[in-house]
Amino acid sequence: MTDSKYFTTNKKGEIFELKAELNNEKKEKRKEAVKKVIAAMTVGKDVSSLFPDVVNCMQTDNLELKKLVYLYLMNYAKNQPDMAIMAVNSFVKDCEDPNPLIRALAVRTMGCIRVDKITEYLCEPLRKCLKDEDPYVRKTAAVCVAKLHDINAQMVEDQGFLDSLRDLIADSNPMVVANAVAALSEISESHPNSNLLDLNPQNINKLLTALNECTEWGQIFILDCLSNYNPKDEREAQSICERVTPRLSHANSAVVLSAVKVLMKFLELLPKDSDYYNTLLKKLSPPLVTLLSGEPEVQYVALRNINLIVQKRPEILKQEIKVFFVKYNDPIYVKLEKLDIMIRLASQANIAQVLAELKEYATEVDVDFVRKAVRAIGRCAIKVEQSAERCVSTLLDLIQTKVNYVVQEAIVVIRDIFRKYPNKYESIIATLCENLDSLDEPDARAAMIWIVGEYAERIDNADELLESFLEGFHDESTQVQLTLLTAIVKLFLKKPSETQELVQQVLSLATQDSDNPDLRDRGYIYWRLLSTDPVTAKEVVLSEKPLISEETDLIEPTLLDELICHIGSLASVYHKPPNAFVEGSHGIHRKHLPVQHSSIDTGESPVSSGPAANIEQTHVIPSQGDLLGDLLNLDLGPRSTCPRCPPLTVLIACNSVLLLQVWLPAVKAKGLEISGTFTRRQGQMYMDMTFTNKALQHMTDFAVQFNKNSFGVIPTSPLPVHTPLMPNQNIELSLPLNTIGPVMKMDPLNNLQVAVKNNIDVFYFSVLIPLNIFFVEDGKMERQVFLATWKDIPNENELQYQIKECHLNADTVSGKLQNSNIYTIAKRNVEGQDMLYQSLKLTNGIWILAELRIQPGNPNYTVLYSNFATETCVKV
Amino acid sequence: MIHSLFLINASGDIFLEKHWKSVVSRSVCDYFFEAQERASEPENVPPVIPTPHHYLISVLRHRIYFVAVIQSEVPPLFVIEFLHRVVDTFQDYFGVCTEAAIKDNVVVVYELLEEMLDNGFPLATESNILKELIKPPTILRTMVNTITGSTNVGEQLPTGQLSVVPWRRTGVKYTNNEAYFDVVEEIDAIIDKSGSTITAEIQGVIDACVKLTGMPDLTLSFMNPRLLDDVSFHPCVRFKRWEAERILSFIPPDGNFRLLSYHVSSQNLVAIPVYVKHNITFREGSSQGRFDLTLGPKQTMGKAVESVLVSSQLPRGVLNVNLNPSQGTYTFDPVTKLLSWDVGKINPQKLPSLKGSMSLQAGASKPDENPTFNIQFKIQQMAISGLKVNRLDMYGEKYKPFKGIKYMTKAGKFQVRT
Repeated sequence: MTDSKYFTTNKKGEIFELKAELNNEKKEKRKEAVKKVIAAMTVGKDVSSLFPDVVNCMQTDNLELKKLVYLYLMNYAKNQPDMAIMAVNSFVKDCEDPNPLIRALAVRTMGCIRVDKITEYLCEPLRKCLKDEDPYVRKTAAVCVAKLHDINAQMVEDQGFLDSLRDLIADSNPMVVANAVAALSEISESHPNSNLLDLNPQNINKLLTALNECTEWGQIFILDCLSNYNPKDEREAQSICERVTPRLSHANSAVVLSAVKVLMKFLELLPKDSDYYNTLLKKLSPPLVTLLSGEPEVQYVALRNINLIVQKRPEILKQEIKVFFVKYNDPIYVKLEKLDIMIRLASQANIAQVLAELKEYATEVDVDFVRKAVRAIGRCAIKVEQSAERCVSTLLDLIQTKVNYVVQEAIVVIRDIFRKYPNKYESIIATLCENLDSLDEPDARAAMIWIVGEYAERIDNADELLESFLEGFHDESTQVQLTLLTAIVKLFLKKPSETQELVQQVLSLATQDSDNPDLRDRGYIYWRLLSTDPVTAKEVVLSEKPLISEETDLIEPTLLDELICHIGSLASVYHKPPNAFVEGSHGIHRKHLPVQHSSIDTGESPVSSGPAANIEQTHVIPSQGDLLGDLLNLDLGPRSTCPRCPPLTVLIACNSVLLLQVWLPAVKAKGLEISGTFTRRQGQMYMDMTFTNKALQHMTDFAVQFNKNSFGVIPTSPLPVHTPLMPNQNIELSLPLNTIGPVMKMDPLNNLQVAVKNNIDVFYFSVLIPLNIFFVEDGKMERQVFLATWKDIPNENELQYQIKECHLNADTVSGKLQNSNIYTIAKRNVEGQDMLYQSLKLTNGIWILAELRIQPGNPNYTVLYSNFATETCVKV
Repeated sequence: MIHSLFLINASGDIFLEKHWKSVVSRSVCDYFFEAQERASEPENVPPVIPTPHHYLISVLRHRIYFVAVIQSEVPPLFVIEFLHRVVDTFQDYFGVCTEAAIKDNVVVVYELLEEMLDNGFPLATESNILKELIKPPTILRTMVNTITGSTNVGEQLPTGQLSVVPWRRTGVKYTNNEAYFDVVEEIDAIIDKSGSTITAEIQGVIDACVKLTGMPDLTLSFMNPRLLDDVSFHPCVRFKRWEAERILSFIPPDGNFRLLSYHVSSQNLVAIPVYVKHNITFREGSSQGRFDLTLGPKQTMGKAVESVLVSSQLPRGVLNVNLNPSQGTYTFDPVTKLLSWDVGKINPQKLPSLKGSMSLQAGASKPDENPTFNIQFKIQQMAISGLKVNRLDMYGEKYKPFKGIKYMTKAGKFQVRT
């Protein structure tokens, strides 16, 4: 007697038969019938037409029958909203049942009926259940709020259910607390105000108490919630950590990983030299290792997370490399992840072991895995310099096996090794050349061609080798074609006499017979270079290449920090921030690792709240009028008049501007942060900058370039950075500028687009140059000339502004303006108002004249300024 | 949270679906089937698969894929742990977790899934509680139910759900009070071709079967608790007491449960109980290869090594083998190239060996890959880490229980490379 009998019905009139059975007088028959209906439903048959008949069976004392009917209701109510209303009464009645199990069941099912019409009838019963005397009912009701929110968010809020949920956090029963937290976290994911869970020390304390007593699933919700809390100081962080650490010994791997997340996050707040910090680090290692003895699926998620953890804090697992050794019957997804972590943990101390393992893997069956193992050997060579020689000889051994894909993969990584350690291992080139014929993958062919071109002078028959590739030029992939072109040009520059014909041939193949624009362009460039100036060609083509860095595969530090906040989540499996892939992620806010308290202090002081406002400045594009308004406003206006102007103090001290703005945040520039400001000292303009390296690798080869701009600003010297910038170092520099460069009108006028290059990439940002640095020192006009000019200026070139809230008298104003090279030509008093007549001259020779009207006692000034050539100014 | 669950069998049919929120169309599984097709082996299907609107998180157990569908950011481990719990529960209820068993008990399956998850939130996953809510099917009960019309569904609120010891129900009564503990250790090891150990670690568990009346409070102490530095406990264990005194103190759940699992890492010296001598050679240009394998005991503290089974995936080029075992039987599947040798017990006086020849494809070159031997074995009455229980005491109840402790060592993933 098994349930499989419910699946065997004769097709004919099946629904009809069920209908009859559902209306049978006997309770037993009806139950059997409902079971058949459920069975039909589970295999995807449509039994929705039986809705009224099934609902009729709901009024029963039989708990099992009730449950079965509820199951049916949840599935079909959506299709039959009108019918579903029939069920409402039973729900309301069940919510009053003396048996808490029935009350809970009713409130649970109710929320699963996703019909808008019904939900409003359910509010009252739900409200009662949220205050039920039985915790089992309360915890079920908490989840029901989340369900309702999914159906009708507005109603849940209007009915005050969110507040009731928040009250449940203080419930005496840990299970109720856990469910309330879970419900709130789910709601906040789709809620615009994601701060539903107001985390304060009292709440945190309640959560921590509940953490010890609730179920494993509740612990996960609570731990995830805790990880969003920012403790106010290290003492608090430490006490939370102490109460979370026991969770590391939990049998449920999800609990363990959530606990790891909380600890990894709060570790940031603990002082690095404290004993507790080091004990905590030690405690983190065993649970992570234990995760790897779980089911393969658990291992996979754990490994993806460990990959993040070893990048952030390699010290935790540096002793444990052996647990990442691959077993031959691990699933492939586990093998590949283990390999990745092995390379991250490889160091001089363990490299011998790692290499022996990798060599072993290279003889396995799975092709993908073998390839990755070979690639891993190359990465080890690049990462651990001392091991390079051993790696190269291992690779040579592998090439000797003549297994086709192993050889190809080995050649690709050997090219990278050549680029990392030039002029060290070229002796093996001969061995590589032997395998030329067996290469059939574009990657490997391109790598081999690159090697031949790069070391053409040491390979006697380089021209023959390259010529052999040239035969099937048009059948090659673009990558190979481009590399081949470059390689032959290199060869020609090294051995011009013998290879003239070859280079002609490849250039004509690339430029005349190819459809690929990239290839043609490159061909033409080489052609022209070679035909006009072979010396420059040599400099360009054979220039020294930057060494490749070992850490190119590391996750960018700011992203890594964000991902650490998401340990255990999908984001950590994909190594992407959640907003990059979660649908409807508007509710998700970027999480940041907490910052140690000492720096939070400065973060709140007004001094560095400046940069935040100033970052905004680079994005705001004021209209031109505004800008000119600012120009004068700047110098007088107190801080409040214009949010965009640098603080008054700065401009009053004008020539020694200290306030740096962040021009290029590290997030946008792979770890390079540039902040800076413009100043004018002794008649010379400077761009004062601070470069900070927030990446993990050193940076070299800095250069800067400006786009054409309104004032023709260009740097007069290259960037004075000569030494490599080490990680976490910064360098201050001052770049002198002049205005003899090409001119192009920008919008806004003072916009300057800057490109900064280093060995990693080129980065672009734009800044607004404060106009006052263009005011030249000889901006004082003769009185007569001023008078004449003032009259000559047509009215339409006049603009009038009010400067508000400025409590200075005429003399101080004029003194301050003079510091910024705005000169007062004349001053008179008309009808109790001070009139100041002023002139200033821009670097491009344009004069601006101004009349400043100051009424004593009235903080508002009126500025009338005229420009002999507003038009020219616009046209510059 | 968890949206839906699909059960898929090895041939790619969806034979059960369950939705906890709105219904997700079956077509979402197409992404899973795609991944399944790409995977060379069934176990190589990646556990997390993104689709345009959902994420599929799956586990493979008993040749059935349990595929959970989720829509928002949910910790994947949470889902994986839950799915494994579902499988454990099915196994607990039906004895086996096969497609047939699930289909036979489809109503119970649905009732269980409904109780285990509410709107995607786990509700009751402890088997004690579930069994109070839904009684497991037994032949007798099914008979009685059909005659009397009673049901599998319990009428009572599961008492354990709300107490401070949610894992134990109240009012437990036994005539024979007994508590048995099994210390089971598995050795995972990789041995390289020269016989030296590359990695070796021990995964240990203490499984308990406790049938005691009332609310007993047990303490279990070890001779050498120092070994246990990396442990995961059942929630019943009082962690503070362990931290302070290294004593396991707990009120046990009723029936079978896993008290703790532990990990003895490679930093401690792990004894390797068997050794393998092997000589597998292929001669270049000949279509024959030689095969010679001998097993022997090593560091077993005088205990017998039993139930030994050696299996290996031979290179693809091997057509057939002709071997001669000194004891036990061997099989070779020419299609999958899987060689398996059921050795039985190792007699230290007369070491078991398997010798003979392999025939290769004519004219084929020497195979590149080296076969790896997977070894299984059991050693009774010994925990290879040396862990020993000192004593077990009971407080809180008056009667005297029967107590028993059993030790066993097994091979986990024990691999010998050649």
